Amino acid sequence: MANDIQIKNKRKISKDQWTAIAFLFPSIILIIVFVYGFIGWTGYVSLSNYNSLIPDFSFAGLKNYLYLFQDFRFQADLRNTLFFTILFIGAVIVIGMGLAILIDQKLKGESIFRNIFLFPMALSFVVTGVVWQWLLNPSTGFNQFLSVFGIQPKWYTDTNILAGFEWGSIEFGLPVAIISVVIAAVWQMTGFSLAMYLAGLRGIPDELREAARMDGATEFQVYWKVVLPMLAPITMSVIIIMAHISLKIFDLIYAMTGSGANFVTDVPGVYMFETTFRGNYYANGAAIAIIMLLLVAVFIVPYLWSGRKGDQ
Amino acid sequence: MKKKLLALFTFVVLALLIAACSSESSGDADGKTDDAGKDSGGGDSKGEVEIFSWWTGAGEEDGLLALIELFEEKNPDISIDNAAVSGGAGTNAKAVLATRMQGNDPPSTFQVHGGEELNKSWVAADKMEPLNDFYEENEWMDKFPEELIDLVSSDGNIYSIPVNIHRGNVFFYNMQVFEENEIEVPTTMDEFFAAADKLQEAGVIPVALGDKESWTATQIFENVLLGKLGPDDYKKLFAGEIGFDDSRVVEAAEQFGKILDYVNEDHASRNWQDSAQLVANGEAAMLNMGDWAKGYFANDLDLETNVDFGYFAFPDTDGEFQIITDTFGLPKGVDNPDDVKEFLKVLASVEGQDAFNPLKGSIPARIDADPEKYDQYGKDAMEDFKNSRLVPSLAHGSAASEGFLTKANQAVNIFVTQRDVDNFIQALVSAAPEM
Repeated sequence: MANDIQIKNKRKISKDQWTAIAFLFPSIILIIVFVYGFIGWTGYVSLSNYNSLIPDFSFAGLKNYLYLFQDFRFQADLRNTLFFTILFIGAVIVIGMGLAILIDQKLKGESIFRNIFLFPMALSFVVTGVVWQWLLNPSTGFNQFLSVFGIQPKWYTDTNILAGFEWGSIEFGLPVAIISVVIAAVWQMTGFSLAMYLAGLRGIPDELREAARMDGATEFQVYWKVVLPMLAPITMSVIIIMAHISLKIFDLIYAMTGSGANFVTDVPGVYMFETTFRGNYYANGAAIAIIMLLLVAVFIVPYLWSGRKGDQ
Repeated sequence: MKKKLLALFTFVVLALLIAACSSESSGDADGKTDDAGKDSGGGDSKGEVEIFSWWTGAGEEDGLLALIELFEEKNPDISIDNAAVSGGAGTNAKAVLATRMQGNDPPSTFQVHGGEELNKSWVAADKMEPLNDFYEENEWMDKFPEELIDLVSSDGNIYSIPVNIHRGNVFFYNMQVFEENEIEVPTTMDEFFAAADKLQEAGVIPVALGDKESWTATQIFENVLLGKLGPDDYKKLFAGEIGFDDSRVVEAAEQFGKILDYVNEDHASRNWQDSAQLVANGEAAMLNMGDWAKGYFANDLDLETNVDFGYFAFPDTDGEFQIITDTFGLPKGVDNPDDVKEFLKVLASVEGQDAFNPLKGSIPARIDADPEKYDQYGKDAMEDFKNSRLVPSLAHGSAASEGFLTKANQAVNIFVTQRDVDNFIQALVSAAPEM
């Protein structure tokens, strides 16, 4: 019985579908070679002894990975990435949603506000990095203004770790300097989540809110009980998109802090760049790249999985 | 329907094939069109020399262009392709170069620091032509100091031609600040620390540092090392004959830490130019920097040499010269080596070096160049260059491989915050096999 249906289905592939498959075919080949092939190649290099300008593809096993996990700098990178990701995504969601809800109050001149908040997204992270490097430089105007009030923030040059404890060779805890990098990243990306949430809010039919109001819900309850639950898929998308940005971030950090004193603002992307292109440690660099890929996969794969279930 | 499908499939396969072929043939044709271009374009032109460097900044680009102009005057039939890649003290250029060299598409000649940056990478990878005969043909063996030729040699073969010299063991200081606090130029580390204490009491930052990129701090360390070890043992250290756990290296690390006690608090947010500004405006007194800082003081900040700012050799390293030298060699597999050699001849000539260096702010690598073309600092440095022991710089890739340098910079970055001498020494010891 089941077999019959399958055969029927097979026969049912229409001419249009064949055409579509034929046209997809070249790009599938290209992607297999230039995306998956290169990922595979990077994985292969990461398992080799290719750690100088002279190619050496002899098998090294997990040597490069073991080296990384014992490396002070890479341990710091993982810690920094963890805190950067949590703070960055959290702030982007909270601030983006908050602004979207405010703008959604049928403001006059709404588009002006929208543009103001969306504009930073038009800049590249490198520009953001340079601008915020000046703004938060401990010896420039903004900080001298703060020092009038007795506050002397060191921003990204701070080497303190909040609530730190020894973990392996590094101090585990929130590096204070990460906060300044998060500020710059949030400044750049909040516009994006604002736009997402605004679209989401507009997609919620007014009838639902009206119905809630009729039932005697306060405005707060309308948002808390009706609107927010309906924004859950948007939040999911924002998390996925921001997570892959924050796990792969390179340009912002490279332009803003370098790696920071004691590597308090270093991230795998910067380490990968320096290892590969300064030190010529190609295998080590490839290993970092693969670990970054796996980190992103941790976020992306469950998302794809849930999408697949949806299809069925 | 089947026919149509077949036709469509054939079409797609054909399209793919054509795409593949055309890219291949365009690869082939590259060489051919190049040749054709030369024939039709230059008439009787011999060929093209592609000069690969990271000289795109103010003074350095001027120097390079002057050099190219001189070459074109002498060789009107050879055209020059200035393939400079900007950014990041050569980091970007080095990445591009690595890709091209590994893809067997070398530039005609490229900028590389003399020392291990040349020897441990391109020479070791068997990508460079030896130039011994070329040196002897042109009688250059006694025109460059012996220790400099050693630096661009590996196993008895010479691999490149130095065009300029920068010095790394220099302290620049604000003369007014020194005068106000009645401080003499220190020649030993003890005098240096005494002066630093005095400056600190007077409310001046004794030493400016901008180690957003850690090579600036690495440079201080290598100079302390040189002072502690002396030129011979310093070279032995980087030849692997003396271990990094040697007691004098440990003392150097301690002294390096002590110097760090006197630097500006926001050093991690500054680059070297930012730290030079601290000295220029009198907030800080001294700056250890390669002598490209002189160009920055004189040209960018409009300060007068020996009036606003002065200079002295890093304490305990008088009579020693930490050299950073840009050199050009001849990669293997270049189409027209003879044309490239013509360029190298200009590069090595007194005329070429005197055209390039006054603009770049460096001094010539030849000992018989004309001092009158250089400012007072240049004259002093040329005098020192002739009479000093030359030692290779770690921070600029001459003393050890790029791989070791990357790890050393990493260790220095950690040390600057943690000040853990044992850890620092341990990191250097474990990186040592990669020198």
